[in-house]
Amino acid sequence: MMQWETVIGLEVHVQLATRSKIFSGASTAFGAEPNSQACAVDLGLPGVLPVLNESAVAMAVQFGLGIDAEIPEVSIFDRKNYFYPDLPKGYQTSQMYHPIVGPGEVEITLDDGDTKRIRVHHAHLEEDAGKSLHEDFHGMTGVDLNRAGTPLLEIVSEPDMRSAKEAAAYLKAIHSIVTYLGISDGNMAEGSMRCDVNVSVRPKGQEAFGTRAEIKNVNSFRFVERAIAFEVERQIELLEDGGKVVQETRLYDPDADETRSMRTKEEANDYRYFPCPDLLPVVLDDAYVDHLRSSLPELPAEKRARFQSELGLSAYDAGVLSATRAMADFFEGVKDVCGDAKLAANWVQGEFAGRLNKEGLEIASSPVSATQLGELVARVKDETINGKAAKQVFAALWDGEGDSADAIIEARGLKQVTDSGAIEAMIDQVIADSPVQVAQYRDAEPDKRGKMIGYFVGQVMKASRGTANPQQVNGLLKEKLDALC
Amino acid sequence: MHDMTLTELARALEAGEFTSRQLTESLLERIKRLDGELNSFISVTAEQALAAADAADAARARGEAGPLTGLPLALKDIFCTEGVRTSCGSKMLDNFIAPYDANVVEKLKTAGTVSLGKTNMDEFAMGSSNENSYYGPVKNPWDLSAVPGGSSGGSAAAVAAGLVPAALGTDTGGSIRQPAAFCGITGLKPTYGRVSRYGMVAYASSLDQAGPMARTAEDCALLLSAIAGHDLRDSTSVARGVPDYCAELGASLSGLKIGLPKEYFGDGLDPAVESAIREAVKVYESLGATVQEVSLPHTHHAIPAYYVIAPAEASSNLSRYDGVRFGHRCDAPHDLEDLYKRSRAEGFGDEVKRRILIGTHTLSEGFFDAYYKKAQQVRRLIRQDFMDAFEEVDVLMGPSTPTPAFDLGANKDPVSMYLQDIYTIAINLAGIPGISVPAGAVDGRPVGLQILGPHFAESQLLNVAHQFQQVTDWHQQRPAFGKENA
Repeated sequence: MMQWETVIGLEVHVQLATRSKIFSGASTAFGAEPNSQACAVDLGLPGVLPVLNESAVAMAVQFGLGIDAEIPEVSIFDRKNYFYPDLPKGYQTSQMYHPIVGPGEVEITLDDGDTKRIRVHHAHLEEDAGKSLHEDFHGMTGVDLNRAGTPLLEIVSEPDMRSAKEAAAYLKAIHSIVTYLGISDGNMAEGSMRCDVNVSVRPKGQEAFGTRAEIKNVNSFRFVERAIAFEVERQIELLEDGGKVVQETRLYDPDADETRSMRTKEEANDYRYFPCPDLLPVVLDDAYVDHLRSSLPELPAEKRARFQSELGLSAYDAGVLSATRAMADFFEGVKDVCGDAKLAANWVQGEFAGRLNKEGLEIASSPVSATQLGELVARVKDETINGKAAKQVFAALWDGEGDSADAIIEARGLKQVTDSGAIEAMIDQVIADSPVQVAQYRDAEPDKRGKMIGYFVGQVMKASRGTANPQQVNGLLKEKLDALC
Repeated sequence: MHDMTLTELARALEAGEFTSRQLTESLLERIKRLDGELNSFISVTAEQALAAADAADAARARGEAGPLTGLPLALKDIFCTEGVRTSCGSKMLDNFIAPYDANVVEKLKTAGTVSLGKTNMDEFAMGSSNENSYYGPVKNPWDLSAVPGGSSGGSAAAVAAGLVPAALGTDTGGSIRQPAAFCGITGLKPTYGRVSRYGMVAYASSLDQAGPMARTAEDCALLLSAIAGHDLRDSTSVARGVPDYCAELGASLSGLKIGLPKEYFGDGLDPAVESAIREAVKVYESLGATVQEVSLPHTHHAIPAYYVIAPAEASSNLSRYDGVRFGHRCDAPHDLEDLYKRSRAEGFGDEVKRRILIGTHTLSEGFFDAYYKKAQQVRRLIRQDFMDAFEEVDVLMGPSTPTPAFDLGANKDPVSMYLQDIYTIAINLAGIPGISVPAGAVDGRPVGLQILGPHFAESQLLNVAHQFQQVTDWHQQRPAFGKENA
């Protein structure tokens, strides 16, 4: 049986978080009434001209600096000509020959903790098209041009990935870089990040690439993995049956979990690229690039390394907590307030992430702030409350029952009882109320008694409404019960 | 009044000899009476014109009149005008009411001018005879069997016939200078980037430039002062101060170095035109200028290079006319492909289709390097020719066109039509300014002298033209057509 190797390259389209469009002053906000955010320029009216949005340029350069890419001094916009109803001018303004970001590298982390560097061929700026709406128009098509002219950064990788997992990890790494830089909201559901996947297979050991298929417009991490898995299997099956892979564009259908042919190379458009005569070449001087470089935030790879080296977190924890800027910022917020990185890491990944997950919320919409959680963890650290009470406080904070952990602890009387006199009184009461269990304890073999003590601890904790210090309860109970034996 | 220049009209309005309303009414009446035959206007906006004239008179009464307040003019129908049809001479845009004003229109409105309407033109500015208009050909007022030139033929004919004292045109390969020459008026193509292209329907974006067409260089200076300048909405407009072009008219030409490109006096030049131009050059010598021959060695490549670059840009610029959002849409399309094909087949005329096809071909995979890229290299050489020449001389002079206006229907072959622009086209490729001034006549048809200068030398060009008009009267000659007592 022949061994096959998968070769994958990704073209990731990232919607840049500028306030206005790349070549006009219209707003880029998502979800407005159809065609309410399309001005004369976006509509491609006769006589209108594009004017380049400087913040789109700055964001593209920031990305380039974030992946250690070359930033060419001159980049040029070209027109990509084709007809489509949601492409108002009959061409898309893009950068074919002189992109704004040159070759760079992205480090990905695989499941086994290994890292791999994926080369980025280039990244270029372009404008998005509008949307064709096929529903609700009785067999006709509606066109919404709100999205037309939204700035996109297309990041084109080298064919360096060898598995669906690597491709997903690469996409996550790009997502993490752009959200760290704050140049995109990275919201895949709203289409802020989409990708085209180039997939081919070749016999293991062969140097030449196989014929590739391009899967268009895949819009989630999971779909990228599934689309590749399907496509790889399809190509291998085809080749093993003596067939040939055709160079073509395919579409991934998540419902059927398969890819389908859209058009072959022969049917492909000739886009007739040429430099856009309405826009001047973009010339970036060193001072401009240096200024952006000096204002770059700490990026995921650096952050992950620092979480390990400075905060003593495990590689796993550092990876999870640096995966998105929102997560890292939240974690660092909690840590700064409570002063204990490991406790903060446990709480953020445990109780906090679990609850977010359960509610299907993003960090940004969490009802508990990093400061609130930090104050709560601080009370665990200084033993004001025990772990069990802390979970109650967290739930109460989440439900908005108080502004701070301290207020809730106070209101609910959850402060840990460490006064041994008070604990002893509760123990005595429990022993007095549990003659049967005390008798069983006494009759049991000494090595079985350890397990039986759990019942008494539970009763005492219950009597204290969870506030008694569990270690103290344990110790004192053991003393008192053993004294009865 | 219809014989007066803008400058004279401005003086008369200021002196209270008549009001802007009287002037406007008089010209509207002339248009009504004469333009049926001439066909120089596509739309006459009488109502808006009278309102603008009243507003101008009111401003003058308040003492708020500027140099252009109340002056009538016309706009080539390529400039978007809010609320008014902007057809670009095409069936495609016959139903297009522009929702905004072009930058130059805005500036002229702000300056208080009164637009009488939109002038006829070759469809999408593609043509040299104004025979390619959906609205029919324009006639040359000097001889109704002759073409007025193109593509700004309507503007040129309207000014020559005394329907308006001045008009705006656009020039991509000679479209201001050639009709100005054919109609015996003065027309300036400014440096590329001097005037904003925002709101001007694009033909070939790297070559298109708007400019004034009037009876004198002085009037062109007055208009250019109003329309020139940087516009944030046009990235190719140049951030450079705008001089008062009128104030710079008056410098002596003594010592002016004139170059005569030998390539502009070769085969194909009508000998009668040549002798008119040589006479004009003698006038300059009498004003103290020196004359020398220069060479622009790549001149013969200009037309081929132009007919690669301009159609390439046009093929892309005209893609937006697809029947989807505005403009002509075919009846009952049965699918998207049918909508595109029939809307465009019905909406565009032959010459426009021809250039879209040429441009689509030259940009195609496998042909791009041989055509477009090569043409851009040639363009750099042509530009360098001019830069080299301007190291030696201050201005270049030659004929604007190889012949005077030709007869309607005389140039049926597209290539022979393209060759009409042999002396004007290189100037657009180089981006430099050029002006055509009346300098003679052959069998009653005017001859234009073209004067060229380095980038942003408009002041000098206008003065050189103005000095000529101080000592000659070609610009004062009027055609018999429309003469009040004729």
